[in-house]
Amino acid sequence: MDVSQYMDLFLAEAKEHLDSLNENLLALEKEPGDIKVLNEIFRSAHTLKGMAATMGFEGITELTHEMESALMLFKEGKVAVTPEVVDVLFRCLDTLDMMIENITEQGEQSYNYQPLIEDLRKLDKMRGGQPPAYPQEGVQQGEARQEQPMEFNEFDISVMHAAAKSRYSSYYIKIGLAPGTVMKSVRAFMVFRALEEYGQIIKCQPPAQDLEEEKFDDSFEVVFLTQEPAEKILQSLEKIAEVSVLSLQSIDADRLGEDDSNRAETAQPEKTAMPEKSAGQAAVEHDSAGGAAFRTVRVDIGRLDNLMNLVGELVINKTRLEQIGLTHRITDLLEAIEQMGRLTTDLQNLVMKVRMVPIKQVFNRFPRMVRDLARELNKEVQFIMEGQDTELDRTVIDEIGDPLVHLIRNALDHGIEQPDERIKAGKEKTALLRLAARHDGNNVIIMVEDDGRGIDIEKIRRKAVEKGLLTGKEGEYADEGEILKLIFQPGFSTAEVVTDLSGRGVGMDVVKSKIESLNGNISIETKKNVGTKVIISLPLTLAIIQALLVGIGGEQYAIPLSSIDETTFILPEQIKTVKNQEVMLLRGTVLPLLRLDRLLDIPTGNKSNGELFVVVVRKGERRVGLVVDLLVGQQEIVIKSLGQLLTGIRGIAGATILGNGQVSLILDVNSLV
Amino acid sequence: MSEEKTISKDEVQLVVFSIGAEEYGLEVSQVQEIIRLLPITRVPRAAAFIEGVINLRGNVIPVVNLHYRLGLDQRKDTDRTRIIVAEVQGMAVGLIVDQVLEVFYLSRSALEPPASAGSVNDVAFIKGIGKLHDRLILLLDLESLLYLNKAEAVS
Repeated sequence: MDVSQYMDLFLAEAKEHLDSLNENLLALEKEPGDIKVLNEIFRSAHTLKGMAATMGFEGITELTHEMESALMLFKEGKVAVTPEVVDVLFRCLDTLDMMIENITEQGEQSYNYQPLIEDLRKLDKMRGGQPPAYPQEGVQQGEARQEQPMEFNEFDISVMHAAAKSRYSSYYIKIGLAPGTVMKSVRAFMVFRALEEYGQIIKCQPPAQDLEEEKFDDSFEVVFLTQEPAEKILQSLEKIAEVSVLSLQSIDADRLGEDDSNRAETAQPEKTAMPEKSAGQAAVEHDSAGGAAFRTVRVDIGRLDNLMNLVGELVINKTRLEQIGLTHRITDLLEAIEQMGRLTTDLQNLVMKVRMVPIKQVFNRFPRMVRDLARELNKEVQFIMEGQDTELDRTVIDEIGDPLVHLIRNALDHGIEQPDERIKAGKEKTALLRLAARHDGNNVIIMVEDDGRGIDIEKIRRKAVEKGLLTGKEGEYADEGEILKLIFQPGFSTAEVVTDLSGRGVGMDVVKSKIESLNGNISIETKKNVGTKVIISLPLTLAIIQALLVGIGGEQYAIPLSSIDETTFILPEQIKTVKNQEVMLLRGTVLPLLRLDRLLDIPTGNKSNGELFVVVVRKGERRVGLVVDLLVGQQEIVIKSLGQLLTGIRGIAGATILGNGQVSLILDVNSLV
Repeated sequence: MSEEKTISKDEVQLVVFSIGAEEYGLEVSQVQEIIRLLPITRVPRAAAFIEGVINLRGNVIPVVNLHYRLGLDQRKDTDRTRIIVAEVQGMAVGLIVDQVLEVFYLSRSALEPPASAGSVNDVAFIKGIGKLHDRLILLLDLESLLYLNKAEAVS
C-alpha cells in the first residue's frame, strides 16, 4: 500500500499523541494512582504504535511497543511510578519526537534507541518477574470485553422475578454498531423490532428516548425477557446489517434479589478489581471525545489565507456594486447590497475565527519543560497554567513560543530560589510559577509570574552606571520603571554580571524585539523577595489591524494605529527649524517633524499654504510628527505581504487593499523614523 | 514539465509581445495570465525598474516596468497595454508590455544563444533569440531581469 499520501496526517497526529503522552505522563507522576491517566497514556502509545506500523516505521513501532510493555508494569502495579522511571519514559518520548521529526520522504532515519530499550527492560527487571505476557492488542481487547454494569432497581428485579415464574428467562444483551454507522437510531429500532418478535424488552441503556435521538456511541444494552432459546435471538439479531451482539448473558433473577447488590452478577462474568472497571469508564469517556474529534477538519493554513483573500475580494466587489448603485440611484440594488454587506461581514469574522487557535498549543510543552528544569536545578516548583483556551491568530501562536520559553527559563533559573533559601526568606518551600493568558479587548494578555527573589533594582542601577548606560546623575534619579527598561537593552543583557545579580537579562532584548515584531508590548513588574511578573500584550491577530489612512500628494498610506499617539495640525509658518531639523511646539514640548513626501519621494505638485496635518508617532521613548496632507480616516485593514521582490524596504511594513480595490502601503514607523 | 515537451516536440511554446519596436517572448509555462492595465501603487525606495504593486484578485504583486529595465524609450500606455503575470521561482510578477501579439510554437532549432545578436544592453536579460521568417523574438530571462540569480548567490 502506498502510504506516502498519509504522511502529513501521520506527522500531525503523531505529534498530537506525543503531546498527550507528555501531558499525561506529567499528570501520572503527580498522581501515580490515577488509572484513568495511565489508560490514556496506554491508548496514545498504542495508537502511535499502530500508526507507525501502518506507515512502516519499524523503529518507532518497536520503541513504542517497548514503552507499552513498561507501562504495563505500572498498570499491573509491579513497578512504582517514580521520577526516575518517568525520566526514562520521557527520554523515550524525546527520542520518538526526534525520530518523527526526522522522518523524510525517504522514510525513517535509523536511530540508536537500543540503550533506551535496555533501560525500559531494566524497569521490568526491577520487579524481578517474568516479562509481561499480554496480547499485543491487549488494550483494545480489554476495552471490548468491558461491560458497563447495568443498574437494576427494585422494579426491574421484581419484573424479572415474576417473569422467571412464568418461565421467561431474562437476558442482558449488549448490542454494538459498526463504527461510523449512519442512522444509528434506525439500527436501534430494527434491533428492538427483532427482539420484540420473541419477547419483551424491559429496560434499555441508554433510555429509548436517547436511542431515538442518536445520543449514544457505538453500543447500547437491553434487558430482555423471552421464552425462546438464546441462540435464536442471537441469530435474528446478527441478521441486521452493521449490528453485532457484543454480549448476551442470562440473568439469574433469584440471585439478584438475594445478594441485593442490584447487579446482574452473571452479566458481569469477569467482575474485576476496581482499576479494571475504571478502565472501562475511561474508555467510555474517550469514545465520546473521539466522537467530537470526528467533527473537526485539518486545514492547511495556506488555504485559509486564500479564503481570507477571497473574502477580501468579495468586500471590494461589494464596494464597487455600491458605487454603481449610488451612481445610477438603483434603490433595489442598494437594498440587496446592504444585505450582502452584512453577509460578507459575517463571513469575514468567521474566516478570522477559523484562523484562531487556542494558546494551549503553545502552553502544552511547558509543564514538561518546567518539570525537567526544576529537577535539573534542584528547585521545587508548582507550575500553574491558566486560560489555555484563549484563542489567538495562528501566525501569532507560531511566533510566541520562543519568547515564552525564554521567560519561563529565566523565572526558573534566576527568579526562583533554592528551597533552603526560600525557607530562610520565610517563604513556602515550593515556589509558584504561573503562566496565564486572557483576552483584553482586541488584545491577548500573557503573564509569566513567579514568587521568587525579584529583580534587584539597585544592582541594575549600579551596573548601568558602571557600564555607562546611565550617567551618574541619571542613575541617581532614574525611577524604578526606567531602570527596569534597561533590562531590554541589548548591550545590557549580554553582560554576564547580570545573570549573577538577578538574572532576567539574558536575551530579554530578543524577547522584546520578537514581541514588538508581533505588534505587541512587554513590561515587567517586580518586587524584591516577592516575585516578578512579566506581562505581554499581543494583538488578537496579525492579519488585520486598525490603521489611519493618510494622503500625501496623490498617494495614500496606512499608519498602524498602535504606533500613533495623536494627530494634530499646524500652519506652515508654525514650523520652526532647530539645527536644520524641522520642529513644532506641541503643548510646550518640541516635536521633531518629518515630511513624509520628502521621506518617501512622493511627487507633490502645487504646494498649498493651507494647514498641514501631523501624525504624532512613537518609537520607543521618542516621539516624532509625520507631516501629511490629509487624514483620510481610521480603518480596519488586512495586512498583505509585498512579496520576496520587495522585502526589506525601510519604512514599508506591507500592503493592504482598500475598499476601492487600490493597493495602499502600510508604513513601518519603527524603520521609517 | 517543459523538458518533456521539448523532448517529444522539440519546440517551445511562446507568448510573444512587443515592447517599443522590439518583439519579446516568454515561455508559455512561465505565464500565469494576461490582464489589462490596473491602477499601480508606487512603492517608494524600491528598485527603479519596479513600477509598483497591483491588486490581483486580493494578492499584492509587484509590477516591472520593462521599458525601463530594457533601456527603451519611456512607455506610453494605450488600450493595448497589458500586464503579463509571470511566475518566477514560485512568485507572481507582473510585466508591463505594449501589446500582446500572439502565442506560437517555435522549433528549438530556430533558437539561438543571445551572444550572436542583439544590443549589448539587453544581453543580460535575454535567454535566447528565436528566428521566425524575418522576425526576431528575444526570449526574456526573468531570473536575471529580476535579480533573482544575484540574490541567490548572495544568500
